[in-house]
Amino acid sequence: MNFQLTKEQEFVRKMVRKFAVNEVEPIAADIDKEHRFPTENVEKMGRYGLLGVPFPKEYGGAGGDNMAYAITVEELSRVCASTGVICSAHTSLCGWPLFAYGTEEQKKKYLIPIAKGEKLGAFGLTEPNAGTDAGGQQTRAIDRGDHWELNGAKVFITNGGFADTFIVVAMTDKSKGTRGGISAFIIEKEFPGFSVGKTEDKMGICASSTTELIFQNCIVPKENLLGQVGEGFKIAMATLDGGRIGIASQALGIAQGAFDVTVEYMKARKQFGKSIAAFQGLQFEIADMKTRIEAARLLIYQAADRKDKHLKYGPYSAMAKLYAAETAMYVTTKAVQLHGGYGYTKDYPVERMMRDAKITEIYEGTSEVQKIVIAADVFGR
Amino acid sequence: MALKIIVCAKQVPDTNEVKIDPVKNTLIRDGVPSILNHDDANALEEALRIKDLYKDTHITVLTMGPPQAKDMLIECLAMGADEAILASDRALGGSDTWATSNALAAAIRKIGEFDIIFAGRQAIDGDTAQVGPQIAEKLDIPQVTYVTEFEIVDKDIIVKRALEDGYEKIKIGMPCMLTAIKELNEPRYMHIGGIYEATKKEIPVWGAAALGVDLTEVGLESSPTNVFRSFSPAAKGKGIMLEGDCDKDVAKALLIRLKEKHAI
Repeated sequence: MNFQLTKEQEFVRKMVRKFAVNEVEPIAADIDKEHRFPTENVEKMGRYGLLGVPFPKEYGGAGGDNMAYAITVEELSRVCASTGVICSAHTSLCGWPLFAYGTEEQKKKYLIPIAKGEKLGAFGLTEPNAGTDAGGQQTRAIDRGDHWELNGAKVFITNGGFADTFIVVAMTDKSKGTRGGISAFIIEKEFPGFSVGKTEDKMGICASSTTELIFQNCIVPKENLLGQVGEGFKIAMATLDGGRIGIASQALGIAQGAFDVTVEYMKARKQFGKSIAAFQGLQFEIADMKTRIEAARLLIYQAADRKDKHLKYGPYSAMAKLYAAETAMYVTTKAVQLHGGYGYTKDYPVERMMRDAKITEIYEGTSEVQKIVIAADVFGR
Repeated sequence: MALKIIVCAKQVPDTNEVKIDPVKNTLIRDGVPSILNHDDANALEEALRIKDLYKDTHITVLTMGPPQAKDMLIECLAMGADEAILASDRALGGSDTWATSNALAAAIRKIGEFDIIFAGRQAIDGDTAQVGPQIAEKLDIPQVTYVTEFEIVDKDIIVKRALEDGYEKIKIGMPCMLTAIKELNEPRYMHIGGIYEATKKEIPVWGAAALGVDLTEVGLESSPTNVFRSFSPAAKGKGIMLEGDCDKDVAKALLIRLKEKHAI
């Protein structure tokens, strides 16, 4: 067992840290307040390879691994959780299924611009009545002979308002049920009958775009079926297994960011004639926060490492996401408390971080769904 | 245009991270991260911009330093340099600027033909600003220091050279040595894909024998510089710029401030 990052992974951390501190952190509070999608930084992330970290060079990627990708999302989220999830949803939920299930032609046409960051990706699974019960898909895809026709709506789609390429699942044969009746499609935003609906007004990750997707007799070319007919649910679940590494890394980054600013605050803040870092009661809080952060990090790196080694990683990414999300909530709540009244204001970043942390317990599978995945593995279902 | 560019770079301690030992009053260097010297990053960036324009441009980054300076060279490769060379040998250790420029000039002769050498103006650890100009002298090529703007026009280079109170516009032929200052450009980051390519590249290490330098011209013993004394300069307060509509207003403001301080 080796707990050391490789030289490449260390360099990736160094590069992304520098990029995040110079480019992302200075605007993080403003884009949160303005609910503004940071197009300029997304363009730069593409240019520097941050939007294609785990994909091979021949498909436009950086040629890195899932560990380096986890580090990338962590470092971006350390200063801005919105920027972190833009990278995570794009890479895990659009790039990865294209890489894993796409034909050679599909990879050339869609994965290369995604991995190069020339196009932004998104993933449409959730519907108003199909959240945790993802099998309850009401979006229908009908085979019209020379094309597929999609009708229905998706909700809560990360990157929805700014993405060019969407991986969308829809019911192709209700009689076959969840496994066998659902298929996955590659949708371009220009396809006739496709439109972006309402943008959600959220509690946190306000600079990320979360929208509805609407399909009204949407015409999808035959060759844009991803995988085989009926494989959609399998593709979606496998995609989420990997996506959880990204969200866990986002949660870890939020926790680490809140921790770092809190430590600095505690050194500077003086009460009763000394720095509040000198009080043992508060030191114990910091010790608990740090311990949970490191435990979350090890769970995430384990899941990423297993994915890189092609070992079973689904339950491990579920454990990593469950624990990292709870850690993000725990650490950011403590961070606000340790900042006192200042922590409750928008003058300090921990207020934003606490709002941002909550979503990590909800999206890409709630904490309860993670427990279902973990328990199912234990009891062999 | 297929230009051959050599960039001289140095790995330096990140002075932002250096802390002072409160007892001994010396720098604590342990655990201080090493970085690519700032002005050298500007030098490399300018070379990379030339390569962005003229794809056939070949960039070699050269440094002299301990084996761990390879990490800085990997960073330069990940930013987009084509190859990197490390001059490293115990015999080179402790070299002052004269001895360093002897070793680097020898390395450049060994590299062979080149059109432009870019170097940073100075390193943040030594602050001498001597190595670049000395290399140019030893290679007998023209040099322009403090370059803030760069342009290739036909077969010549036109640069803007910063002065304290203005600038010079200079036309210079190739080959030449140019030293960069931070106003020249904004250095790019490493590319994630570049990192994976860079770590696979072999970085040749040239010792004193490979460089073909005379041991009387390199290393601590051969360095003519002797440190007479080190001291911290007395802390100076921040200056204030007085402004006003006319000289009279400014003079009046100055008088008020001087009186406030009981200076007059």
